[in-house]
Amino acid sequence: MSRLLICPPDFFGIEYEINPWMRLSNRVDHEQAVKQWHGLMRVFEHDVGVTLERMTPVAGLPDLVFTANAGIVVDRTAVVSRFRYPERQREEAHFEGWFRDHGYEVVTLDKELYFEGAGDLLGFPDCWFGGYRQRSDIRAFPFLSERFHREIIPLELVDARFYHLDTCFCPLSGGDLLYFPPAFDCYGQIAIAERVPPERRLSVPEDEALKFACNAVCVGKHVVLPSGCPTTERMLRAKGYSTHPVPLDEFMKSGGSAKCLTLALD
Amino acid sequence: MSLHQETVLLSGHIIDSLLLAKVLDTILMMGGTFDLEDVRIGKTREEPSRARIAIQAGSKTLLDDILKAIQPHGAAIEREADCRFESAPADGIFPDDFYATTHLPTQIRIHGRWVDVDRIEMDLGILVDEQASVVRAVPMGTVRRGERIVIGRDGVRIIPLQRPRERDVFGFMDSQVSAERPHGHVIADIAARMHQLRERHRQGQAQSNVLLAGGPAIIHAGGREALAWLIEEGFVHLLFCGNALAAHDMEADLYGTSLGYGLTAGRAVPHGHEHHLRTINRIRAIGSIEQAVASGVVKQGIMAACVRQRVPVVMAGTIRDDGPLPGVITDSVRAQDAMRAVIPGVGLALLVASTLHSIATGNLLPATVPTVCVDVNPSVPTKLADRGSFQAVGLVMDAASFLSELARLLGRPV
Repeated sequence: MSRLLICPPDFFGIEYEINPWMRLSNRVDHEQAVKQWHGLMRVFEHDVGVTLERMTPVAGLPDLVFTANAGIVVDRTAVVSRFRYPERQREEAHFEGWFRDHGYEVVTLDKELYFEGAGDLLGFPDCWFGGYRQRSDIRAFPFLSERFHREIIPLELVDARFYHLDTCFCPLSGGDLLYFPPAFDCYGQIAIAERVPPERRLSVPEDEALKFACNAVCVGKHVVLPSGCPTTERMLRAKGYSTHPVPLDEFMKSGGSAKCLTLALD
Repeated sequence: MSLHQETVLLSGHIIDSLLLAKVLDTILMMGGTFDLEDVRIGKTREEPSRARIAIQAGSKTLLDDILKAIQPHGAAIEREADCRFESAPADGIFPDDFYATTHLPTQIRIHGRWVDVDRIEMDLGILVDEQASVVRAVPMGTVRRGERIVIGRDGVRIIPLQRPRERDVFGFMDSQVSAERPHGHVIADIAARMHQLRERHRQGQAQSNVLLAGGPAIIHAGGREALAWLIEEGFVHLLFCGNALAAHDMEADLYGTSLGYGLTAGRAVPHGHEHHLRTINRIRAIGSIEQAVASGVVKQGIMAACVRQRVPVVMAGTIRDDGPLPGVITDSVRAQDAMRAVIPGVGLALLVASTLHSIATGNLLPATVPTVCVDVNPSVPTKLADRGSFQAVGLVMDAASFLSELARLLGRPV
């Protein structure tokens, strides 16, 4: 992975409440948010060495900044998200336009087959995991599995605070997994254990999970994650990863962090 | 029928994700039951799997609740079509593509609504008369030209048997046949059922009749008194038999022999082979078995007990019958109809010592009726199962021992 799609936070703010983190009364300090976002991008460009592809922000679409939900990209094919909430459905056309303009073959899903992109579909090279119930519809996965010839293990998200898979589940480049087990029911936990051996499962403590420690971006041996997660960082370093904590609390007001602010393009 | 059913499809990577397990657990935890009708497991990790699950629940509300709970996990209600009909082209002839029934509870879908098929029985067609609100299984021979008969398989569903609440031998509903299996607990379970059914019968409840279909070996083997006692005490409410059982039962009363053998001495008596003929002739002269009992000519035994207790007897003739006795139906289609007419009230069927009558009766019984097949020859219960009556419990033992033990357990003085 060397290219990430990002969208500057020019119009970022809390204008509606569609997850337990969002409260209209909890105003975003816009200047601070912009500062944090640029800090994150600096880390990506200078410390991690990725190329950033910038989308043009759109007034009235405060969450366009969370490009993880644009869709998923596999080689030159992009599957555009179908958002569950009308508030974010207006983003779909912009993401689709960006993919088309950049030469991707665009795949769209049936209407009402909700699928929120890389927010809910993550994985290792041979096995993907799909989060469902909170946002994405489980019925999207058989379609995607067939389209891309990949196994997709559906995982029910049972805690509304972890409403996307990428808020509690982060596959790492070395085959390790950073995750918060209580965000899944026992079936999901067993299914994960079947695919990822115990020594590769890094279980994040609850206080750090609530700081979105799992909403991390892994590029090679670099892991970029929200600051304030020392236990998670220790576990990662013990596995040979370099950690890059970045303060992103303005975005946490909206229920997003490092991973939500990026979409892996390749 | 109080069972509500819907079929759902679940597909994708449902095995390793434990999604199938989760959906099935959810159904059970909510109080429903399921039948996995078709499971196709992907051959590789990438290949999806697929399961077709028939869900049953005791009420429509519960079924809806279950469906609501499993739909977010991807269970999609199978799109179902209404059933199709075609008119019978002539009397006694079904349309070419007619749906042939099983003896399991069956429903057909008419205008989007599932309707129970009445009088279900194996190997029949389904007649639909919407004006008369009739949906019934009918034999080929009785259909009339122009009557609407269900064709094809769309919009027809059969409902698997639920395990009965009673945790007895009938709960297993399998027809494993073995002479080595202990009989005691099986007979005890039958006796317990018969005890309950007698109470229900006395209260006039539905499906409380005990049917016994038997052959003449009951008399030869020495089970006559036990069976007569069971009838006199109100434990048996219907009797299916042939010419022979009735003839030998009354021969025993009139001559003390069964097919010429002295029942007490156990050897052939002079001219004993004529006794059953003389018995048949005598009853024919009197005009009916009822009259023979009423006039005191026949005093004891199975037929006398049936007459006294007003137990309906259907006697179906066969090609080798002597006489036959008055009341024996020699037209086998008419005999089937006479048997069929009394089947709906049956709550337990005992098929004892007769290949012919056991299989004929088995064919007429819905799978929901607990059934026992008793024969010294293991091939009889096996044959019954092979012909589809899988619910029958097979018991390899002689008729007299079975009936005597059954009567003893039900209180007959030894």
